[in-house]
Amino acid sequence: MHPAPSVIIFTSLSGLGFGLFAWLGLGIPDVYGWSSFAVFFIAYALSVGGLLASVFHLANKKNVIYSFSQWRTSWLSREGVMAVITLLTFAPFAIGRIFLGIDLAIFGYVGSILALITVFVTSMIYTQLKAVPRWNMPLTPVLFLLYAVSGGALMTGEQRVAGFLIAILTLVQIAAWVLGDARFTGSGTDKGSATGLGGLGKVRVFESAHTSRNYILDEMVHVIGRRHATKLRTIAALTIGLFPVVLLLMLPVGHVTSLTALASHIVGVFISRWLFFAEAEHVVGLYYSRG
Amino acid sequence: MTQLPAQSKKKLGLVIDLDTCVGCHGCVTSCKGWNTQNYGEPLSDIDAYGADPSGTFLNRVFSYEVEAPNKPAQTVHFPKSCLHCEDAPCVTVCPTGASYKREEDGIVLVNEDRCMGCGLCAWACPYGARELDFMSGIMKKCTLCVDRIYNENIPEEDRVPACVRTCPSNARHFGDLGDPDSDVSKLVAERGGIDLMPEQGTKPVNKYLPPRLKDTLDSAPPKPLESVSEEPKGWLGWLDRALEALPGSNGKAEDK
Repeated sequence: MHPAPSVIIFTSLSGLGFGLFAWLGLGIPDVYGWSSFAVFFIAYALSVGGLLASVFHLANKKNVIYSFSQWRTSWLSREGVMAVITLLTFAPFAIGRIFLGIDLAIFGYVGSILALITVFVTSMIYTQLKAVPRWNMPLTPVLFLLYAVSGGALMTGEQRVAGFLIAILTLVQIAAWVLGDARFTGSGTDKGSATGLGGLGKVRVFESAHTSRNYILDEMVHVIGRRHATKLRTIAALTIGLFPVVLLLMLPVGHVTSLTALASHIVGVFISRWLFFAEAEHVVGLYYSRG
Repeated sequence: MTQLPAQSKKKLGLVIDLDTCVGCHGCVTSCKGWNTQNYGEPLSDIDAYGADPSGTFLNRVFSYEVEAPNKPAQTVHFPKSCLHCEDAPCVTVCPTGASYKREEDGIVLVNEDRCMGCGLCAWACPYGARELDFMSGIMKKCTLCVDRIYNENIPEEDRVPACVRTCPSNARHFGDLGDPDSDVSKLVAERGGIDLMPEQGTKPVNKYLPPRLKDTLDSAPPKPLESVSEEPKGWLGWLDRALEALPGSNGKAEDK
């Protein structure tokens, strides 16, 4: 799949933002006034910024308002609805803490659950697609949720907790890469079933339907950069996981440690999200690929 | 709306005969023509007369080679467009309600006034049947020529999809696949029509008729003809050599 910057930024930033909300709703960190303003500003900036980035993916933005209407069947519609409900639920909680110095805990607890549901719903936009076997597995939502809560923990300054969660995240991410590699052949879809000619013999492309590129090739048959995938996976595993884990669990607790780990982690999140799209093979590629 | 109808009784669709398709791309051209000049946003072309032309099409024809062990490869032309699936994944993923499947005849359509061009339906389709138009930013797909098949302003013989009407080798058939007594259903039963990617669970309405098996000889091949290229002997042999030796004949004699 085409690793469009808009969807990479959307899933990365909004995941981190809602992950941070999940902790803030539990009263972690337990701050009021200006400190509270700072953490809520970051959470809103990341989640709203991510959602705005996703709008840049749309080719006909004027109809975006309709995207809240089909929550009965569409995970993308549910994502929009859940994000808005979550952001609104946190508003009284944030106002109470920033301006009134009170803890409206019930909004926080409900908001935390809603934030995690929002991340889950985001992950289902991709997980639901049978045509992209690499995404279509139960580990995808687990991965998205772990990215959110571990990134969120890192931003709240819960250094040891973050280190522990990031260690688990890294292992799950590596597992997702390995399991994902076997998904396409495991799906049972091949050139034979795509053309219905598999029973007659081995199927090869003789001539493509078109000589130039088109929307299908640009969007779903992305192959650029896949040859660097192994190197990028290694860099991602080091920056998301290994390096921050070493910093967070082995060094004394402190702002510098946390910020360095956070910077490394965010770089890793973007690399792994690029890989999430770039490495995902869509079954439509079978109509085009040689061999 | 994006909820699929429980079960559309009528299932309009196409039956494509891979045995008779000659790969002329006539259906591709007539489809583009009709669907650019009629319902909805036109199917745009980018850099149409330049070095790198591209454009939106609702129907495209691939060609494949199929090779069975110890047999010569066979060429199969393969037209591909929307299969109007019963369990259409493109419809349920649509966030705006632009994509829908009609209850009355099962045609999958896009309401262009609601489409926001997110492209998720094209991601959900395993067949690559939907293309986002670069110019309008709207998702385009086969409408089964809904503006022809019910159109009482055109002659009755034209009330079939443009691709079916134009096919010179009669490889495309249109009809109700929900009715077991329709011509198309009988054709599918008779020729063993198949679904594309059945394991994807989309339950396509359109069917493909596989190429018929190649003929095989049912008896021993006839004895080869006697060779006639042997060197002449006797008197004819002498004459051949004598004439060859005379000046003026083609080839070697002249060079001597």
